[in-house]
Amino acid sequence: MKFNLEVWRQTGPKTEGKIEKYEANNIPAEASFLEMLDIVNEDLTKKGVEPIQFDSDCREGICGNCSLTINGVPHGQGRGTTCQLYMRKFRDGQTITIEPFRADSFPVERDLVVNREAFERIMQAGGFISERAGSAPDANSVPIPKIVADQSMDAAACIGCGACAAACPNGSAMLFVSAKVTHLGLLPQGEPENDRRVLNMVRQMDKEGFGNCSNYYACEAVCPAGIPASFIARMNREYSFASIKQSVGIAV
Amino acid sequence: MTLDAKTPAGPLDKKWTSFKNTAKLVNPANKRKFDIIIVGSGLAGAAAAATLAEQGYKVKCFCYQDSPRRAHSIAAQGGINAAKNYQNDGDSVYRLFYDTIKGGDFRAREANVHRLAEVSNQIIDQCVAQGVPFAREYGGLLDNRSFGGAQVSRTFYARGQTGQQLLLGAYSALSHQIALGSVEMFSKTEMLDLVLVDGHAKGIVTRDMTTGEITSHAGDAVLLCSGGYGNVFYLSTNARGCNVTATYRAYKRGALFANPCFTQIHPTCIPVSGEYQSKLTLMSESLRNDGRVWVPKRKEDCAKDPKDIPEDARDYYLERKYPSYGNLAPRDISSRSAKEVCDDGRGVGPGGLGVYLDFADAIKRLGKHVIEERYGNLFEMYANITGENAYERPMRIYPAVHYTMGGLWVDYNLMSNVPGLHVLGEANFSDHGANRLGASALMQGLADGYFVLPNTLGTYMTAQFGKKVDAKAPAFQEAVDAAKARVQKLMSIKGTRSVDSFHRELGKIMWDKCGMARDKAGLEEALRLIPKLREEFWSNLKLLGTADGINMELERAGRVADFLEFGELMCLDALNRNESCGGHFRTEYQTPEGEALRNDDDYAFVSAWKYEGQGTAPTLVKEPLVYEEVKLATRSYK
Repeated sequence: MKFNLEVWRQTGPKTEGKIEKYEANNIPAEASFLEMLDIVNEDLTKKGVEPIQFDSDCREGICGNCSLTINGVPHGQGRGTTCQLYMRKFRDGQTITIEPFRADSFPVERDLVVNREAFERIMQAGGFISERAGSAPDANSVPIPKIVADQSMDAAACIGCGACAAACPNGSAMLFVSAKVTHLGLLPQGEPENDRRVLNMVRQMDKEGFGNCSNYYACEAVCPAGIPASFIARMNREYSFASIKQSVGIAV
Repeated sequence: MTLDAKTPAGPLDKKWTSFKNTAKLVNPANKRKFDIIIVGSGLAGAAAAATLAEQGYKVKCFCYQDSPRRAHSIAAQGGINAAKNYQNDGDSVYRLFYDTIKGGDFRAREANVHRLAEVSNQIIDQCVAQGVPFAREYGGLLDNRSFGGAQVSRTFYARGQTGQQLLLGAYSALSHQIALGSVEMFSKTEMLDLVLVDGHAKGIVTRDMTTGEITSHAGDAVLLCSGGYGNVFYLSTNARGCNVTATYRAYKRGALFANPCFTQIHPTCIPVSGEYQSKLTLMSESLRNDGRVWVPKRKEDCAKDPKDIPEDARDYYLERKYPSYGNLAPRDISSRSAKEVCDDGRGVGPGGLGVYLDFADAIKRLGKHVIEERYGNLFEMYANITGENAYERPMRIYPAVHYTMGGLWVDYNLMSNVPGLHVLGEANFSDHGANRLGASALMQGLADGYFVLPNTLGTYMTAQFGKKVDAKAPAFQEAVDAAKARVQKLMSIKGTRSVDSFHRELGKIMWDKCGMARDKAGLEEALRLIPKLREEFWSNLKLLGTADGINMELERAGRVADFLEFGELMCLDALNRNESCGGHFRTEYQTPEGEALRNDDDYAFVSAWKYEGQGTAPTLVKEPLVYEEVKLATRSYK
């Protein structure tokens, strides 16, 4: 197959970027999108053009490292990560635009590489259960209804890629934050810290400059882990209760 | 040189307890004075970083990804073993220990493996407490499934994403400690060298992958949790970035590399589809709980649609050859059997390199919804990659490099022969012998990180009071200068070939000569080819751009340069081990039925290799494997 690529090139975090045009030739239909870029990079190297820098690691859809916006859609068409997008899904001869994830809180570092440290700080603000290795009771001492454990797992499946924030017109990270709040909040082990967790994580999210949710649901549409936007509603409810408690002086 | 494993005295099942009862302790006020450097943030690294910080140590943790949550442990699918015996099916610590020793073809150290089985239960408790959403039954209690090499159901799982959930648990704990200021995290930072001061590991040299800055970090002890070296084969189920650099650099600084030829080829991966391919994708072994492996009996049937091949024309070869374990035969045996039938011309799919994994019977027995619930995400992944629907047509699978049992040599304290240098998880050699059983990697990574190292580190630390090294000691500057010179050298070759082309060529040599089956002639051939390729690499590599910013080709070049040396060590080890055991199958040594023929009289030892300088052959140091509890037996799964 053959494609016309329009790729975002930017030499550093403080320089201006622009779109460059490249041809992708002799691409097997079975190749993944990132393998197509590998082939293009081999070509560019031969021609003496610096290869396109892009993040990827596991290449099986779970590490959340890849961060490309393809034809305007984070991770491209279909539901999955960039690395799980295969070239047979494109038309031969198609023009493909490739940009990094676009969100104010994810500054571009180079070409298609973005900085997602904002997510780290949100996790550090409360995305955990305070527990020391060695202090746990027997694993079966607290039964958890299967339906609850399953729903918690639905939320825990988030891969932290940031496509939700990149897809959102407001650059909101509510889907990411709500996934963690829901994952831990549903479990009896996470319950003692629920109020603190939701308050701290949401406040950190605001501090990082992520926008608010105004129900576009673009996040849900692009999420490779299938996290539903209903978790955002759940988080808002938890946040409201926790902040009311705090405002009337109840310790959280 | 002799190796002292420092195994505690006493009966096997009392060793760990008596070790803990008498281990040296560092009091909380003193722990604050120690800086611990941890390289890697996977299960072993993140768990150790969080736990040591909880205990009061000051930790610096490094990873090459942009977040510790992306370490490759995230990709483990199937599950984690523990001897809970929640199923009341006869499991016990002893049985988990024995299965692991036997699974490793009697090439692992007894005391370490027993300790692993002992702490396995604590891991499950720990993970549940930190919010890992393991699969549960309707009554709310934990569910289990079976894995290869065991006749009990002892594997805990979280859908097909167990590694992800366990890593996110450890990552949560790590994030908590980062917030508290007890761990300083360095993401997108790669270790380039180990720094020794007076023979002790006291620091590392790193490159900031964003700015290109090369600098050093000093500490009181160094923990390498940097994973395995499967990417020496280029194509493997490892992430693109997985590399041998941290452990190989430590080897070049004097740490012994043990059993490098023990590599695991996983039987259930999606077959290779072309030259361009950058990685292989694993389909969890848990699929073998419900899938049946087969190929046509007659070569003529291979091209037919599988549903047109009648039951009596199919060869369910694992069930035929290993009736008592059937489709759950251990990984090395399943992989080799797949190779055998494909070599026999009965493979299916492109190039005849594939076998069927068929769920038709399970779907008939349990219903599609049950299979969907158990493996839904794997079936989806398979459909996405191959364009085929495995609910209707059997999956095609083929073995692929997946895990490396070899690693830096460590004693019972998980310390290498270099004082202060500790090695955890896949990066060490200690627990899996010549073959690892499914769902045991997660167990070992977390055991080392949460429960073993935090108890054994004191042995070294108590002797380090008042011995803080000066971060300005000449050893640091020398190592930094050497690392900078090496990067400069890579950038200045200005040849014509890309990094990946060298890596692919090395991978092909390794797969052909040192892969699923090895022989003397092939290994000797590899030992001739690799130095030639290495020479070409250093004279004909083409790198563009600069070293003072993001340059992923440069990062890969540094790693491939180390693989090009390490591959040779692997072949040397494989050539030296004149027996077949576990994942190491030398075609010269097999039984008339084609099973691995072990040689306990001459090879019941750990091969630990000592670096002797560039261009000089490494020397072999042997640690004899003494079995006090188990009797060496022929490993049979028939």
